[in-house]
Amino acid sequence: MAYEWDFGVVLAQWPLFLKGLGGTLLIAAISIGLGVILGAIIATGRMSRLAWLRIPAGIYVDFYRNTPGIVHFFWFYYALPIVADIRMGPLEAAVLALTTQSASFYCEVFRGAILSLPKGQWEGGAAIGMTRFQTLRRVILPQAALRMVGPFIERTFELIKTTSLASTLAYGELLYSATQISAQTYRPMEVYTVVALIYFCLLFTFSLLARRVERRLTHV
Amino acid sequence: MKNHILKVEGLTKSFGTNQVLKGIDLDIAPGERIAIIGGSGSGKSTFLRCLNFMETLTTGAIYLDGTRIGRVVGKDGDKESVVYSPRTLCDVRKRVGMVFQQFNLFPHMSVLQNVMEGLVTVLGKSKGEARQIAEAELTKVALHEKLDAFPSQLSGGQQQRVAIARAIAMSPEILLFDEPTSSLDPELVGEVLRTINTLGEEGRTMLLVTHELGFAYRFATRVLFLYDGKIHEQGTAEEIFKNPQSERTRAFIARSSEFSL
Repeated sequence: MAYEWDFGVVLAQWPLFLKGLGGTLLIAAISIGLGVILGAIIATGRMSRLAWLRIPAGIYVDFYRNTPGIVHFFWFYYALPIVADIRMGPLEAAVLALTTQSASFYCEVFRGAILSLPKGQWEGGAAIGMTRFQTLRRVILPQAALRMVGPFIERTFELIKTTSLASTLAYGELLYSATQISAQTYRPMEVYTVVALIYFCLLFTFSLLARRVERRLTHV
Repeated sequence: MKNHILKVEGLTKSFGTNQVLKGIDLDIAPGERIAIIGGSGSGKSTFLRCLNFMETLTTGAIYLDGTRIGRVVGKDGDKESVVYSPRTLCDVRKRVGMVFQQFNLFPHMSVLQNVMEGLVTVLGKSKGEARQIAEAELTKVALHEKLDAFPSQLSGGQQQRVAIARAIAMSPEILLFDEPTSSLDPELVGEVLRTINTLGEEGRTMLLVTHELGFAYRFATRVLFLYDGKIHEQGTAEEIFKNPQSERTRAFIARSSEFSL
């Protein structure tokens, strides 16, 4: 017997989908912004000559690289109140989990691009008397920025998809809306198909934009 | 007594357990043009790179205009511990310019910007003044028509001449050339050597690591033959090339000029 698809009852719940989409975009935007800042700071630490900056930054990145994302969500939401008596709402916990983990990924994006430049560029700056910082700012970063664009976009897409983990904290993003609609309509197949389509449209639009930005930047 | 602009004392350099330079002493007088020759692995490039601290010395001292570079903070047996602050090294590099084998131009900047960069960022000159100086130096290396070109649009020889302009724009007291023609196609070597020769005629103090023995012979006021991390033999170009004292020097020169015309 063929399954009878019925999107009507599901699509009637569009305000709830929209609300979920809003929640997804909100935590994604905050986490990208904060993650980039924190990632830049950690990248600076990882590339520092000072061991007391370099080693903790390395441990940080290794920690996030080698543990599953959902664990970070649980930690901020469920464990922190118990071990440190710090309580926060689902939004704050989700943003913290996403920000701290995306910071470690962005850190590697920045660091990878900077390290990919030949040593001769640093020496070219040093040979005319530039400090390391001047060389970084004037010579290295303008070139590294172009090499960051691709991996940066890649990471940002991962981050946007990872926001779905926030549903486990009952934070009202897209997937959480889907669970609710599914419970009301008993139409999980339709609901998750719609969710997939929304994610696809969102990310596909972003990727078209990103491709355009990338092309413009690399053709200067 | 000659006044020395640069003096090297007991310089050694090791990479890990591999000692590349095994004790080099050298006095350089203003206006000297020194060619450094030697086989690969003799340490000639490493030696040159120590002079502007692209490599840090393992032991030994370098004096610029009679002042020791770095601050001796203590002694560990025979070995001095010396601190080289970033500021000291920047100051030294302003006075001791370097031209690299691989040019190391900044690919995201135009020819003019490459030459202006140090003038503005390091010497704090105004854009206008920097531009004037940069244009003058680029005219000197015959590239005034390429001001707005980017390095990737230039031939290797042109790129190296931009790199030379970038170095001399800083008005260094000493210029170091690290195999400046080794990565060039043979037909482009001449234009770079001519440029270097012109600078020599201006009375600049220069050290040149090179495999172009013919050029070294005509250009240098003094030739150092490095072997196994030491100055094996030194003298005027005439002495080293026409009448080397050591068998090893003689063999190196014979081998290097085996197929020359």
